[in-house]
Amino acid sequence: MDWVFFGEISLAGLAMGGLYALIALGFVIIYKATRVINFAIGEIMMFAAYLFLAFAGGMELSPWIALPLAVIGGSILGGVIEKTMIRPMLGESPISVVMVTIGIGSILVGLVEFIWTADPQLLPSFLPREPVFIGPLYLAPKIAYGFLIGSALLIAYLLYFRFSRGGVALRATASDQAAAYSMGINVRRVFNMAWVFGSLAASLAGVLVAATGGLSPQFGIIGLSVLVVVIVGGLDSILGALVAGVFIGWLETVAGAYLGGEYRMPATFLVLAVILVIRPYGLFGTHEIERV
Amino acid sequence: MRIGDAKQSYEADEAIWTSQTQKLWLGFFLLILTVFPFAVDSYLLYLGCLVGIAVISTTGLNILTGFTGLISLGQAGFMGVGAYTVAWLSINTGLPFPVTLVLAGLMAAAVGILVGLPSLRVKGLYLAIATLAASVFLHFIFAEWESVTGGMGGLSLEPAHLFGLTFQSDFMMYFIIVPLAVLMVLAARNVFRTRIGRAFIAIRDRDISAEILGINLLRYKLMSFALSSFYAGVAGGLFAYFYRVVTPESFPLSMSIFYLAAVIVGGMGNLLGGILGAAFMTLVPEALKLLTAALTPFYPSAPVFMSPMLEIIFGALIVGFLIFEPHGLAEIWHRIRRFFRLWPFRN
Repeated sequence: MDWVFFGEISLAGLAMGGLYALIALGFVIIYKATRVINFAIGEIMMFAAYLFLAFAGGMELSPWIALPLAVIGGSILGGVIEKTMIRPMLGESPISVVMVTIGIGSILVGLVEFIWTADPQLLPSFLPREPVFIGPLYLAPKIAYGFLIGSALLIAYLLYFRFSRGGVALRATASDQAAAYSMGINVRRVFNMAWVFGSLAASLAGVLVAATGGLSPQFGIIGLSVLVVVIVGGLDSILGALVAGVFIGWLETVAGAYLGGEYRMPATFLVLAVILVIRPYGLFGTHEIERV
Repeated sequence: MRIGDAKQSYEADEAIWTSQTQKLWLGFFLLILTVFPFAVDSYLLYLGCLVGIAVISTTGLNILTGFTGLISLGQAGFMGVGAYTVAWLSINTGLPFPVTLVLAGLMAAAVGILVGLPSLRVKGLYLAIATLAASVFLHFIFAEWESVTGGMGGLSLEPAHLFGLTFQSDFMMYFIIVPLAVLMVLAARNVFRTRIGRAFIAIRDRDISAEILGINLLRYKLMSFALSSFYAGVAGGLFAYFYRVVTPESFPLSMSIFYLAAVIVGGMGNLLGGILGAAFMTLVPEALKLLTAALTPFYPSAPVFMSPMLEIIFGALIVGFLIFEPHGLAEIWHRIRRFFRLWPFRN
């Protein structure tokens, strides 16, 4: 066995997993606050990546201006989706809400094809190009720097939710909406902010992933990998999102490298199936107790 | 004017046909279905067949999602199982179509039971994702098990045959698909008059309460999965006979979402809704195609925008119906009927 090759593949996989962890974090924030499983997260990522393409490629802004603009655009999109389409579904069955997010995903794909056509696009490269070596192992620079930027936001998020007022409000809402409301927390605002923050994380990850792998209206498929991550980690667990994100990213890349691209999805979904049978609520998720 | 339903026996309450008028309209509808293929051109005939297949599959999914409350993203996968079963059987054994279709249904039901097994432990969205996993595996098997499924190239099969008749044209296929669709919808309607169907509904309304009432959850949930996948398998088998080529890409995830959307747009837990939803969702893209063709002389770029428009309309239909008309087309249908029942006394 070629250990250098294995090491390089693993490294690339772990870096990709870092980005998965970031997306999964966005997913978990939304789920914790609003109990909505967001099937449209891949499409929100895609939309932000296309915004980046428009700002950096079409309008020829500097990528470092275009990146924040695209991310802000993606978060506004998240906020608008929550206000206009998720809020009216409050209290409806989870099935209906999930279907709404699937519908939103379809609308976003259509919009993107409408504006930017269905052809695959390449994002203008903005990350440094010098190859990165960690010990003897080579890592593609796009992936490495993408990982660094992603981790920076990830750590900022973790600190924010641990220590800031907004983070406390979010966690309070997640644990008991009525109690949080009676303590003066604006629960509706928390719902909205959760979507904004969740979409922000997804948008940044979207631009970074698209920068490494190219962009097309099918980009939203990545949402399925993220779904696996959050189910394996536990839908309402931030720790789970991080651990499972890194693991699934690694597994997907290794399976793709050793067995072939067609094994990527089955490999991760096999893990998903095993987890669903052994620990239905994920590695770190809360086991819900149901009362009649 | 009919004012109320005064039912004096349980038989009357359980009856499918409650009035003479209903039977009359149904007879009229069946007559139209019979005359339809003789009266229309090949395009409408083709659409009729498509709607028939969609009705069968949507009714199946409605049993599972609408009546039992188990959301499934595996419908396309089950249809694929049915389609591949039919294709394989007709290539390797040459059995007539009624046999292959039943075997396709049974095969899909067996797979459905397997997929439904986690349903006792996980429910709601976790179950949806388990079925999603199943559809990923099924797609993988379709693509990779080359000795049976023909790999990415898929399988091509001969037309359906029975007693020396070959069902090659859409016209012939119509007479397999539509009667089968009518039969299977009627069968579904009857299921919900029995203990099994009532148990499904009880599970949907509150599974824990249902269990306390003495319903064996695992057994009935698996039954629901089996029944639903049987419908999907038959629909998939018809799909195979209709297109006469089956590839892994014939049954993408978006197809599962399409059928879920049809159930929602039609009205969850309503068989009429399933029919309306299937017809509506099948015909909307076709209507858009016609519109595009009509617009092309004036806007030459119209065809470019058709596929994105279709995505947007598809999504907007799902979102719009869920927010504004959660009971779907069936509810609109009832509203129209109510209007005419009370007309002209209401205003």
